[in-house]
Amino acid sequence: MNDTIITENLSHNFGTHTVLENISFKVQEGEVFGLLGPSGAGKTTLIKILTGQLKQKGGNAKLLGTDTGKLGKDEHAKIGTMMDNFGLYERLSVYDNLAFYAEIYHVPHSAISDMITDILKNMGLYEARKTAVSRLSKGMKNRLSLARALMNNAKILFLDEPTSGLDPATTREIHTVLQKQRAKGTTIFLTTHNMFEAETLCDHVGLLSNGRIIEYGEPRKVCRKYNHLNRIQITLKNGEVVSLENNKAAAAPLTEYLEKDEISAIHSTEPTLESVFIELTGKGLD
Amino acid sequence: MNHAITIFKKQIKDTLKNKAIFIQFVMFPIMTLIMNNTIQFDEIPENFFVLLFAAMYIGMAPLVSISAIISEEKEQNTLRVLLMSNVRPHEYLLGIGSYVWLFCMLGSGVICIAGNYSLKESAYFMLAMAVGIIASLLLGAAIGTFSKTQMMATSLSVPIMLLFSFLPMLSLFNNTIAKAAKFTYSEQIRLTLAGISDPRFSGESVCILAANMLLFSGLFAVAYKKSELA
Repeated sequence: MNDTIITENLSHNFGTHTVLENISFKVQEGEVFGLLGPSGAGKTTLIKILTGQLKQKGGNAKLLGTDTGKLGKDEHAKIGTMMDNFGLYERLSVYDNLAFYAEIYHVPHSAISDMITDILKNMGLYEARKTAVSRLSKGMKNRLSLARALMNNAKILFLDEPTSGLDPATTREIHTVLQKQRAKGTTIFLTTHNMFEAETLCDHVGLLSNGRIIEYGEPRKVCRKYNHLNRIQITLKNGEVVSLENNKAAAAPLTEYLEKDEISAIHSTEPTLESVFIELTGKGLD
Repeated sequence: MNHAITIFKKQIKDTLKNKAIFIQFVMFPIMTLIMNNTIQFDEIPENFFVLLFAAMYIGMAPLVSISAIISEEKEQNTLRVLLMSNVRPHEYLLGIGSYVWLFCMLGSGVICIAGNYSLKESAYFMLAMAVGIIASLLLGAAIGTFSKTQMMATSLSVPIMLLFSFLPMLSLFNNTIAKAAKFTYSEQIRLTLAGISDPRFSGESVCILAANMLLFSGLFAVAYKKSELA
């Protein structure tokens, strides 16, 4: 697997305010990488640097082997972006927005209508195709923005808070679309402060706090690393909760409960990503 | 070039839904038709309103329209998305600029019709208007590129627009103002149009128009570099 994104000691500041400090990580081709952090942690700034919208003040950042400050036509043609403010033409209809970008992406005229119809149906926006963007809900705008990002068959998607402020049903729809993209081999770099989203979608996560990555790894491994209690919690059918050490000593009582068919649920005590974040920073993700 | 055409077509679709911009294009041509046909008395020179409103149109419509369009695209992040989609800045400006230029030329055509000029005079009128609109576009593009929001663009473009569109009128009534106003492109266009019976650009006019355009191009270059779009 090739490294699609590489950062080495990347730093950035606005005046005296340091936004990013010594950020180093790699994202492999086809991987979903989630950058977790509260608002103001530097997530959007990092996306802007990686997509060549902003030049970092220190360190290196490469996208598809090219310095992000020197991204050209070829690299941009492989990038799809969905930024926190949608970047849509409010007075134009849903269809006209996508038709405009289809022309910008040089989609043949004869294929535009079918292509947009497919995308709108996939995104659940077909019924709203003639509606002006200004009249769409935030969730619909999010889906349209994602649809636009997918239009050029991007090899890398940069998604800035793709489900921020959305209801659970819309969030699930967007997750389904992203999982389909992952199955196609698209590399996805997303920022979020939704730890469930990170645990569900991401192959690797980086926890960003005050401009620094304070933890990096596979979501489950990160959680296991901070599983200080290391216990197994068993809920019995009679409602009793039994807590056992997660070691050999637990085998005998556990087997006994299984043989007697008394177990209602078993849980390990590993923390969530949010708990890990709180443990490391003393504050939550929201 | 394809990108510029696509942006041009998008703008045309948008115009019908964007009343604020649409009014900029049609207000002065309609006013010219009305005033030129309804207010007539001996003391008013021939085509007084045509010449006055033509100069005001140049100082107002292109400048306000293009600055509003660019600043709106910046504010709504669509300009950033376009640049990320391999649209080069010059393609974007060509698309937006040609759209505003064309619509302003259509408005100029209406003003020209109100003047009831001969074919030769009409060609000269439209040429002068075309040059003036380009100068105004450069200044408007600089304002739009410099401004982070539409509100900021409006607060900058309104006083500048008032200056360039009203100086030609004020210079009719005050010699001191006229001496200063002659260094502006809008006044030069008014003076050029006033000599429409002997159609030619004077050397002074050409120099002042070129200097104005050079200055506005410089302002645009500075605004572009500061805008993080470069």
